[in-house]
Amino acid sequence: MNKVVANAREAIAGIEDNMTLMVGGFGLCGIPENAISALVELGASGLTCISNNAGVDDFGLGLLLQKKQIKKMISSYVGENAEFERQMLSGELEVDLIPQGSLAERCRAGGAGVPAFFTPAGYGTEVAEGKEVRYFNGKPHILENALHADFALVKAWKGDRFGNLVFKGTARNFNPVMAMAGKITVVEVEELVEPEALDPNHIHLPGVFVQRIFQGSNYEKRIEQRTVRSRD
Amino acid sequence: MLDRNGIAQRIAQELQNGWYVNLGIGIPTLVANYIPEGISVEFQSENGLLGMGPFPYEGEEDADLINAGKQTVTMLPGGSIFDSSLSFAMIRGQHVQLTVLGAMEVADNGDIANWKIPGKMVKGMGGAMDLVASADNIIVAMSHTNRKGESKLLRQCTLPLTGVGCVKKIVTNMAVLDVTDQGFKLLERAPGVSVEDIKNATEGRLIVEGDIPEMRL
Repeated sequence: MNKVVANAREAIAGIEDNMTLMVGGFGLCGIPENAISALVELGASGLTCISNNAGVDDFGLGLLLQKKQIKKMISSYVGENAEFERQMLSGELEVDLIPQGSLAERCRAGGAGVPAFFTPAGYGTEVAEGKEVRYFNGKPHILENALHADFALVKAWKGDRFGNLVFKGTARNFNPVMAMAGKITVVEVEELVEPEALDPNHIHLPGVFVQRIFQGSNYEKRIEQRTVRSRD
Repeated sequence: MLDRNGIAQRIAQELQNGWYVNLGIGIPTLVANYIPEGISVEFQSENGLLGMGPFPYEGEEDADLINAGKQTVTMLPGGSIFDSSLSFAMIRGQHVQLTVLGAMEVADNGDIANWKIPGKMVKGMGGAMDLVASADNIIVAMSHTNRKGESKLLRQCTLPLTGVGCVKKIVTNMAVLDVTDQGFKLLERAPGVSVEDIKNATEGRLIVEGDIPEMRL
């Protein structure tokens, strides 16, 4: 089996206007930098993006926001992006904010064939409006639906041509669950390796969830909040 | 009155040996600096790590290792990494014993608001709604009043809620309070703060029984 494609442009072929995309990453950590750049070039618009955050003004999904390619964001936290805030307050951008754990589980559920699940998160808040409430063990829960995407754009550390993936550090975050929920899951890796180079015991995400994989390049890996301690 | 570090130091006294603890952004993050001697806890960060250590030394920052506040961090021996779904399985499944987080408002029935000011600030709830809906122990770390001097301990929250009836304890720059069925129960006063001061700064129902001791830090 060989899911390798030559580059980001080939990997995202088929993304059209008004599609729904999942984009991995937490803040700028573990975002698919190459696929986002290719998407800016491709110019598809009217996109619905499911991603925990919306990048910063000049990096990550912020690049797609600048070009007004995103119609709707489904996220849990969008605090670091002035252009995002401007588009949201002016009504150009539709925003659906949902609890982070529900976002992750809704992606996982989408990939796992679970159409919906009950969670206590958000009960009694705006998030619960219009949702079924049911009590389990005396505690109220709300019904959350699974999420799906036409394409999932994912970043991993290492991967092989079968699509088996290994992530590094907290760059894992939403990437595996989004990979599970994409109709077409596109993965970029820092190191595309021979299958023998990956120990099957240490695969984080089996290749069955992946349709296309490519060797990424020129990773900037921008740090949002550089915090250090002194040596003395 | 306590400063931010003082609030964190007082909350650290609540830590129990063997607990897994999630610290929110801001004052809660500082709690890690005051772990009492003889107490061993592990810090969980909801973006996907357990066993979070201090900030890295300059030059050792790793873009692939951050906390939920997007700050560069380190890991301690025994730490582990996982995806966002497993992270919230830990939280929702009540495997994390304590959550410490900030708030804009807390009501005397335990309701909390900390994610949205309509028309002004909409950053999102992040993991806060999942955390407050599931944790057994929730401690709020915040200033007793807002910048205008108005109480943040209310009869009823005015801002959109993050969770209902979930806050158990509050540590402010003025006091330590438990949330009970009858309202905020005053447990301790900050150094130099009188019961009268606390009454004046608390809009919600306040229960004061007997002598209220001063915090020991």
